[in-house]
Amino acid sequence: MSRFWFFIQEAFRALRRNAAPSVAAIVTTVVTVILLGVLIPVFQTTQGKSQEVRSQLELKVFLYDDATKTETDALKGKLAGLSHVKSVSYVSKPEALKILKGRLKDPNVLSELNSNPLPASFNVKPDDAAQLESIRTAITPPGPSGKPTTISPIIDTVKDSREEAGKIEQVTGALKLVLTILTALLVIASLMLVGNTIRLSIYTRRREVEVMRLVGATRWFIRWPFMIEGVAVGFAGGAIAILVLWVGKVTIVDPLSDSFALVAAQNTISFGLLIAILFGSAVLVSALGSGITLRRFLRV
Amino acid sequence: MGRRTKRAKKKAQEAAPIRPRRGGAPIIELEDVTKVYPGGHLALERVSLALNRGEFLFLVGPTGCGKSTLIKLLIRELAPTEGTVRIAGRDIGSLSEKKIPQLRRNIGTVFQDFKLLPNRNVYDNVAYALQVIGAGRAEIREKVPETLRLVGLSTKLHNYPDQLSGGEQQRVSIARAFVNHPPLLLADEPSGNLDPVTSIGIMQLLYRINRTGTTVVVVTHDREMVDKMRRRVIELYEGRVVRDESTGGYTEESTTEFGVRMRAEMGVGVEGQTNGHGHGDERIDW
Repeated sequence: MSRFWFFIQEAFRALRRNAAPSVAAIVTTVVTVILLGVLIPVFQTTQGKSQEVRSQLELKVFLYDDATKTETDALKGKLAGLSHVKSVSYVSKPEALKILKGRLKDPNVLSELNSNPLPASFNVKPDDAAQLESIRTAITPPGPSGKPTTISPIIDTVKDSREEAGKIEQVTGALKLVLTILTALLVIASLMLVGNTIRLSIYTRRREVEVMRLVGATRWFIRWPFMIEGVAVGFAGGAIAILVLWVGKVTIVDPLSDSFALVAAQNTISFGLLIAILFGSAVLVSALGSGITLRRFLRV
Repeated sequence: MGRRTKRAKKKAQEAAPIRPRRGGAPIIELEDVTKVYPGGHLALERVSLALNRGEFLFLVGPTGCGKSTLIKLLIRELAPTEGTVRIAGRDIGSLSEKKIPQLRRNIGTVFQDFKLLPNRNVYDNVAYALQVIGAGRAEIREKVPETLRLVGLSTKLHNYPDQLSGGEQQRVSIARAFVNHPPLLLADEPSGNLDPVTSIGIMQLLYRINRTGTTVVVVTHDREMVDKMRRRVIELYEGRVVRDESTGGYTEESTTEFGVRMRAEMGVGVEGQTNGHGHGDERIDW
């Protein structure tokens, strides 16, 4: 027990004497942890979003305008009977026009048209996004000549929304990459700054280290105070960052989450677990930083 | 607390290397020791010597003759390039990294530049040596004042090193080296920075420690003083032993007699009594 207090005492004595580099290391740790704390939920949200988009993937089967009601009903029954099809909904010509009107900024442009150019369509939803292609081939099986035919003469074309999904994934992917690089750089920076703090501490206490070696202190006895010093930096940095994150959550995120679905994405990590992970990693990074430095600069 | 007793037992085992295993093994034994530094500089060449328990040895020679290298070999700061260094019969060249601290706990070291911690007072400087080897509070409270009394610094417990004279600082450093009562004490130029009068006080203190049964090795380049002290002298020159006088010429004498004789030889004051303070020894001879 007296040893333990000796280590703690030595570590804090060193922190006081090395105030400037210690503060620099703490600040970097704070920034890193805050970034990580923002990043993890953002990551999960984008992940959730792209999954959501994927689940909204569907096939649009466009029909010729001359399709009769009987033909249409027959096709609907056929489509619904295909394997992996979850649901089939009919969008009539006027409905299609209405949907388009809703999307346009200036609906009046459509009034210029004297007839409705939009085709009627079936929206076919798969039970799994990966099955999209197999449903597509079921609707347009390859004919004897190898060219795709259709299961019904009223089908004009079959389209899917894969391209849209691809774009969204591209954007979220780029976002993830940038954030990951940024975090990695900051983790490295805080590792090095913690290491630097320890190195300075070793330097200012080289006389102590020398004496300890001469009188026969064991290797770990010499190292512990430095190790504790580094971990204390991570501890302080982590604690401050978590405080900032908590304040941010209460004042900014919580009020917003009522109005924005993105912020309140259902599948993000719970705040408690997030804190635990962040705190753990802050302490781990600082321990690692001091450990590496001790190995390099304190050959005892 | 089973863990505690286990640890104590382990400690006792680890402390073993330097305790006598075979009754008559010399405490220091060098056999054909050669040390070549990485740059190719030959610091010691085929040095052989043996020192028995309780001896007082002067190691002399000009700067660069390998004295400090020898000391570093003894505390396993360096390993010999060739040959073996034995402490109490055990080859320390083959000592594992983990055992080195145990070796050093049994060897007190004193240096020319004292190596005191400037931000700790006299008491804490000496206590530090016990703290870092994991000694208990009771042990520290018992041994530190006792040792400081031995070196004559009982009244300066709360002074900081910069408030002490050179001689007093060296006494603190000797106290630190001796507080653990090691069987061997190495002093590398202990009086190198001190004036002759203070030096005698330091030598007298080392002699007093020697008389408690501790083997003492003093490195110095002051051949003149050494010649007059009538103790065993080993002289190194360019890495070789050029003189080894196991001077049988000296008999048991008290530290006071020693001090008197030294003063007479060196021609610095003739009183026999000392008050134990290096710088306080200077008296005007009416």
